[in-house]
Amino acid sequence: MIMEPNKTIVYDHILVRYGELSTKGKNKKDFIKRLLTNVKNALRDFEKLSYERTHDRLYILLNGEDAQAVAEILRHVFGISSFSFAIRIPSDITSMIETGLQVAKNAEGTTFKIETRRSDKRFAMISDEVNRAVASEILRNTEWKVNVKQPDLRIQIEIHEQFTYVMTGRMQGAGGYPVGVGGKAVVMLSGGIDSPVAAYLTMKRGVALECIHYASPPYTSARAQEKVIELARLVSRYQGHLRVHIVPFTELQLAIYQNCDESYAITIMRRMMYRIAERIANQCHALAIVNGESIGQVASQTLESMGVINEVTKMPVVRPVATMDKIEIINLARKISTYETSILPFEDCCTIFTPKNPVTKPTLAKALKMESRFDFSDLLDQCVENVTTMDVYPKSEDQADEDLF
Amino acid sequence: MIYFDYASTTPLNQEVLSAYTKLLQQVYANADSLHAPGREAQRLMEKSRAQIAQLLSVKADEILFTSCASEANSTAIKGFALANRHRGNHIITTCVEHSSVLKAFAQLEAEFGFKIDYLPVTKKGIVNAERLHQLLNKDTILVSLMYVNNETGAVNPVIELCEYIHQHSRAMVHVDCVQALGKLSIPLSCIDMATFSAHKIYGLKGSAFLYKQRNIKLLPLINGGQQEQGIRGGTSNAPANIVLAKTLRLALEKQDEHYAYVRSLRDDLCAKLQAMENVQIHSNDLCVPHIVNASFLNVGSEIMLNALDERGFCVSAQSTCSSRSKAHSYVLAAMGLGEHIATHSIRISLSHLTTADEVNQLIQALKEINHDYGTE
Repeated sequence: MIMEPNKTIVYDHILVRYGELSTKGKNKKDFIKRLLTNVKNALRDFEKLSYERTHDRLYILLNGEDAQAVAEILRHVFGISSFSFAIRIPSDITSMIETGLQVAKNAEGTTFKIETRRSDKRFAMISDEVNRAVASEILRNTEWKVNVKQPDLRIQIEIHEQFTYVMTGRMQGAGGYPVGVGGKAVVMLSGGIDSPVAAYLTMKRGVALECIHYASPPYTSARAQEKVIELARLVSRYQGHLRVHIVPFTELQLAIYQNCDESYAITIMRRMMYRIAERIANQCHALAIVNGESIGQVASQTLESMGVINEVTKMPVVRPVATMDKIEIINLARKISTYETSILPFEDCCTIFTPKNPVTKPTLAKALKMESRFDFSDLLDQCVENVTTMDVYPKSEDQADEDLF
Repeated sequence: MIYFDYASTTPLNQEVLSAYTKLLQQVYANADSLHAPGREAQRLMEKSRAQIAQLLSVKADEILFTSCASEANSTAIKGFALANRHRGNHIITTCVEHSSVLKAFAQLEAEFGFKIDYLPVTKKGIVNAERLHQLLNKDTILVSLMYVNNETGAVNPVIELCEYIHQHSRAMVHVDCVQALGKLSIPLSCIDMATFSAHKIYGLKGSAFLYKQRNIKLLPLINGGQQEQGIRGGTSNAPANIVLAKTLRLALEKQDEHYAYVRSLRDDLCAKLQAMENVQIHSNDLCVPHIVNASFLNVGSEIMLNALDERGFCVSAQSTCSSRSKAHSYVLAAMGLGEHIATHSIRISLSHLTTADEVNQLIQALKEINHDYGTE
């Protein structure tokens, strides 16, 4: 604990409470390990931080780093139910009383409550006795009053064997599982509103992602591609970094329009996209394909279409937003701040050459017949071979323009 | 030459100059072009906007680049009044505003039939809050006032005034922050629109910006393309707009340090002025220390200015933007100081670049002039 000369409290720790993983029995150790890796990864710019891990808490020692800045990053790490700024003191009652009083003196409000949690049951006093001891000191020396139902200030005291942590306030974590404990998948990122939300929701369940984007230059612009990379950057905050595979799709797409009926063009195109996604997924050891399809939203997203399109792969296809209304998806997109980028008006693969009357109830037989008119296998191979891959980090700013700012 | 006219404009910071030179050479593409150099210009400009917004704790889309503070003032005042006529036609401002504000209002009154009320100021040069209470009514759509007066350095209690206006009316508040930037912290959370300029903080001339809260509608004064959300057409001055972020960062980083230094200079200067005969100082402890306004009762403004100029000292007699008209300070007149004081004042403005020795030389020159040209 550091007390500055003017007696303001300096929080020197962040106490992190694990999310759902406490229910996960044998796997718990792996979960905690992964969470620690992810937290360290997310906070890699804060060089002075150090970490301590126990079975039910993760402690981040700030060592002088800015608590608020760390909290801003920590908010985005999955697997954390909540966290608090904490002061570490020795586990003796005198220190607890003194620190509790300082915390109260530094806070604003009129009513308070002490919430003691005794992890070390050998500590001489039970929780309620600690509550009373600390509260009495505050009552004697300040104007604060006790209110156990709706206090303005909650002072939490967690007593462990070696140290005790004193905290106020509790910040909501991102919830979910630590990214990576659920294996890996590829997400088809188009540039629209839905796919970044799908990516976010999948990561939240602990699945690490790589992105696939289909580009059809010159029909799609460099701006459209930059937009997708910006979306990847926004989503990458949730897993530290994101690998993006860009598939050169132009020739294959042109071949589809030359050889298939216009009404089936989108259906066949989606089938090709799934085929490519599966092959990239196999290359990077991903176990599933994720996309932003929502039932009935467009012609290719009716159940009939999904059936015909899905037929090309045996890999699980995860559609996190399948049952959401557009409004619900938009609200989530706003929450993860991808919405403003998603609505930038650039053409993507799915919006160029839009057929006037796309089929909403395609049949597999017809799709297969059209695909048989042309041998797409060479073009498919080329798509996969000529993929360009890049790594996107939450901080995209390249250092090259630093001197301008 | 010794410069005491930093409130008129400031010399360019060398770091800003080198970044600007680089930009002029390298980032020449139109920021709205779709090709790669155009997109790069756009990216850098938006990065600058985001950094400016972050430095002022607002959102990036609340910052609009303009060519000067007068344009920002006009955009805010005329753009707002004309776009919000349906809400009312009454506007309040103060009688000591910068000419770009006063003339915009005069035009709104003469050409568009708005009713404008001018708040008087107290002897200390700040807004008379009681009068504000009387003037606010349900037709009031806008109150425009300055944070720091450009002639006297007087600081209006902006937070208090804004809060009062918001509590007691539907009016939006525009604050001219040009002379406050880099000197005082700017409480944008309670302000709806605010004007800032780069060349007062050691940046470029021809570079300024307007802060405008997201939900406020403005009528564009310069029609054209999609630049600045369509509110300000015209090809973006990308190099100037990009380097503005750095200009602001440098100014704010050293703000406290510079403020303390300039205050010590000001105290020294004022003590020495006070020791002279026939001098009346109009700036006080509540003013920013960067501006010292004083009247030499025996030497007219114009004569003092010429004599100082001859000796190599740069000062102003009043707002530099009104210097071509007769030397008469409407600000001092509005403070109730009388005609004589208003025609005998000069404005000495200081900076962290000013040295104690320069102050001494100025005092010496003033003494000589007072002695040589003073009339009883």
